Amino acid sequence: MNSVEMHLLVKKFGSFVAVDQVSLAVEKGEIFGFLGPNGAGKSTAIRMLCGLLTPTSGSASVNGFDVAREPEEIRRTIGYMSQKFSLYDDLTVEENIDFFTGMYGVPREKRAERKRHVLEMANLSDRRKALTRTLSGGWKQRLALGCAILHDPPVLFLDEPTSGVDPLARAAFWGLIHDLSETGHTIFVSTHYMDEAEYCHRLALMYRGRVIALGTPAELKAGLTEHSLLNLDSSDPLETMRALEGLDGVRDVAVFGGGLHVTVDDVEATSARVRERLGAQGIAVRKLERIEPSMEDVFVALIESEERKAA
Amino acid sequence: MSYRRMRAVCIKELHHITRDSRSLALALLLPVLMLLLFGFALSLDVDRIPTMIYDQDQTAESRALVRQFEGSKFFEIRGMVGDYGAIERGIDRSRILMGVVIPRDYSRQLGAGREAQVQLLLDGSDSNTASIALGYAESLVRNYSLELRTLALNRRAGGHLAPPVDARLRVWYNSSLESKNYVVPGLIAVILQIIAALLTSLTIAREWEMGTMEQILSTPLRPAEMVLGKMFAYFAVGLADAGIAVLVGVFVFRVPFRGSLPLLAVSTCVFLFGALFWGIFISASARTQAAAYQMGILSSFLPAFLLSGFIYSIETMPWVIQVITYIIPARYVVTILKGIFLKGVGLSVLWGELGLLTLYALIVFVLTTRKLNQKLV
Repeated sequence: MNSVEMHLLVKKFGSFVAVDQVSLAVEKGEIFGFLGPNGAGKSTAIRMLCGLLTPTSGSASVNGFDVAREPEEIRRTIGYMSQKFSLYDDLTVEENIDFFTGMYGVPREKRAERKRHVLEMANLSDRRKALTRTLSGGWKQRLALGCAILHDPPVLFLDEPTSGVDPLARAAFWGLIHDLSETGHTIFVSTHYMDEAEYCHRLALMYRGRVIALGTPAELKAGLTEHSLLNLDSSDPLETMRALEGLDGVRDVAVFGGGLHVTVDDVEATSARVRERLGAQGIAVRKLERIEPSMEDVFVALIESEERKAA
Repeated sequence: MSYRRMRAVCIKELHHITRDSRSLALALLLPVLMLLLFGFALSLDVDRIPTMIYDQDQTAESRALVRQFEGSKFFEIRGMVGDYGAIERGIDRSRILMGVVIPRDYSRQLGAGREAQVQLLLDGSDSNTASIALGYAESLVRNYSLELRTLALNRRAGGHLAPPVDARLRVWYNSSLESKNYVVPGLIAVILQIIAALLTSLTIAREWEMGTMEQILSTPLRPAEMVLGKMFAYFAVGLADAGIAVLVGVFVFRVPFRGSLPLLAVSTCVFLFGALFWGIFISASARTQAAAYQMGILSSFLPAFLLSGFIYSIETMPWVIQVITYIIPARYVVTILKGIFLKGVGLSVLWGELGLLTLYALIVFVLTTRKLNQKLV
């Protein structure tokens, strides 16, 4: 049985289609990522899966329970971390844990053990009496994760769990998510950080309510093999962009960090032409080499091709 | 319904309440402040009416009438004057409320056995007080002249005519006719209504604003459990407020307490349930805390103050308004509290009001859970 299934799932708000005929399945133990810009429909889809929103049409199931007909069963078997930090600021760490323990109906004999587990996992054992508002972003986020897994749910929905958290805390957080997946938990996570996508087993790229690509990170990158990617470091990136515009064999030029990413059809031939053109304009080429596309390159390329299709 | 989830919500709310010590202090002090403020300021008694007398007659009879005014607790003579101008100035400067002019022929008319007339000049800008003052003065003058005429007639007839009907009034339940006895029990009801709305109107709107609502909606918690859990937490505060208000009423204002304490406790609880549910309903209906707060105050304070019969008697309202008062829960609790405090009546008289309060609480509870259910989708 798949942990999560969606079949032609649609959610409309008035005439706005937030989620447009999304179909996919997530296996048990998978870390499944929803990747996409803000407003792509990731949160809306997750809210429907958690039983917080009713689908306009289509169907979805979580742990075998239908989201429209059996939301109560779903709420018992999922953990959910919403986009906004949503624990009680004026309660202590321990009081928040006790509250959610009550909400999820953790059996009496398991309560102490689950609480200890969550405090250890979040590394908050020493700060159990601290008011939640005094914790920094990374701690709060781990406490929120802890509160969402108190009842050891088989499926966990995390809606942009790492937004607004420093990189070190983000890495630690993904470590926790990995551990959860190792112990058989299914994790459904949304993010707009492209680097985080690499942590997922499988990804769905969402854009304007639709899934425009689905696969493992490696598969998605392999999908770009018809083109190659060059990393170009020149003395004047802006002039370089202008100079390369319309050059034969150059499909796209994008600013990337301090340099440029140039999408080309043929690495050898186009590289030579790029050097020639820039040399003619007096722009020094410090570096020009083929690189592996990152998730961000994949994402940008896919969205651009979507937009070309629409136009 | 899960008792555990309800209890977890209740404990969580109690943490919120105790952690916000300023709001808690305010919630507990507010009833005392309001009682003192309204209890002393809202005196509806009219006595010691500042009065000036212009005695044109200057006879033994007219001076006897002046002494009648002086002897009455309803009037306070601020001066004997010699012309109309002084009375006019007194009224204009609000130094007096009433001027009494005893005409030149007062004693002559009396001597002739005729009705003797006295002129009363009143400051009508406060018509309520003016009409009460007028009533007191009229009855004083009439009674006195009747007395004199009876005496005179008796003397002439050799003396066995019965005096005119002497109505001896006895006021029940608030025998001293002090308005505080009437105001304070009603005021307790109004204060509880306001406190209940103040306490609860933010509770759900805050969770929506903070985003915590979404989190708890993803748990198995049901609307009824949330509403009851929250209600019981604030009920503890409301009950403390009720206790404080009753103690202040009895020991500071010395309002007589003639009825049953258990009945008072039960009725207060039932009323608090309804009032707290109402605050939670408002909170569930509004999207923001600011809107919830305003709606809460307006929908509790105004009806409780104006339409409960706490000061303004319902019987004298236009019938449309009278009909509306039937859906104001404060109306029933005002009746109950006055009944218990002043009349000492029991359940055999008040069961109807108590039943309606219970019904009200149930209806608002169901509406609130429905409202929350709607919001999920």
